[in-house]
Amino acid sequence: MRQIEAFEGTHEIASGASRPRNDIYMIDNPKTGMTLIVKTITRLTVGLIMLFGIYIILHGHLSPGGGFAGGVIVALSFVHLMLAFGKDVAAARISKNMASNLESIGAMMFLFVALLGFLGGSFFLNVLNKGNPFNLFSAGTILLSNISIGIKVGVGLFAIFLALVILEKSSKKEL
Amino acid sequence: MELYILLIFMICAAIVAIEVKDLLSSVIAVGAVGFALCLAFLILKAPDLAITQLVVEILCLIILIRATINKDLPLVIEGRWIFNTFSTLGFIAVFLLFSWLALKELPGFGEPIMAVVKKYLQEGVSKTGSVNIVTAVILDFRAYDTLGEATVLFTAVIGIMAILRRPGRKK
Repeated sequence: MRQIEAFEGTHEIASGASRPRNDIYMIDNPKTGMTLIVKTITRLTVGLIMLFGIYIILHGHLSPGGGFAGGVIVALSFVHLMLAFGKDVAAARISKNMASNLESIGAMMFLFVALLGFLGGSFFLNVLNKGNPFNLFSAGTILLSNISIGIKVGVGLFAIFLALVILEKSSKKEL
Repeated sequence: MELYILLIFMICAAIVAIEVKDLLSSVIAVGAVGFALCLAFLILKAPDLAITQLVVEILCLIILIRATINKDLPLVIEGRWIFNTFSTLGFIAVFLLFSWLALKELPGFGEPIMAVVKKYLQEGVSKTGSVNIVTAVILDFRAYDTLGEATVLFTAVIGIMAILRRPGRKK
């Protein structure tokens, strides 16, 4: 439930609607994150970076790129958000547990695509309809594999960064 | 020609990264090596690798800068420098000898042996439906390797989440 609220919060902040904000959306708090210039530019660019990552994942079988590169770009958009606004704003979008779950779902999806080949007789066989070349929905299971690898890599790298930042905070507290 | 300029630049940046005293400058010099490698991939007509190299380099640079920006690690330069220098030179000589022996047997640069690749290039589009031949190889013909890579990354993330979890819950 908290996740859904956080996502709605992103929407409203992006469209500029006013709403009483909790402590969890520390968008306008000057004490966390970087300066106002960085925050304004981040608000404009973070969606475009994520869109570009999704484009690279979905067009992996048509143009250079693929699941790994696009996933890293999606992770970089969240890292951008975290560097500009501070740890809590980014962690409110995707918490550590949700990151772990999504990573597992991505890995399971890739394994499922691999096992789908047994419908045709062997592991990793491209059983789906090939379609016309140069169409978006072509190439059978390659599109599904790209999507699952993109989810896995993006969320996994973001989880690594989140764990490193949380470790830094807690070790400073003990010192 | 451009490739040799980039290679010389990469060697210079690597030497700077080793020799400079400040840790942050060293990290930025390593980043320069990575971006030059990205341009080298573009010149050698491998845009897939160039994109991957660029984004992974940015992520590594952000993590390294965040890790080193507030720390001032002491450099250990005194001690057994004679032994270290001679052993390093010896290992470099052994490495160069064996790499010369191995590289003598390889086909020349830009003249590959088209044994397996020819089949992929001729039948790739009709068998997989994927126009990008790199994706056709890594996600269809050689998808088992990709599954192993995904497992490696999954294990790495599990290990990092286990090691770096919040230490010692109070209650």
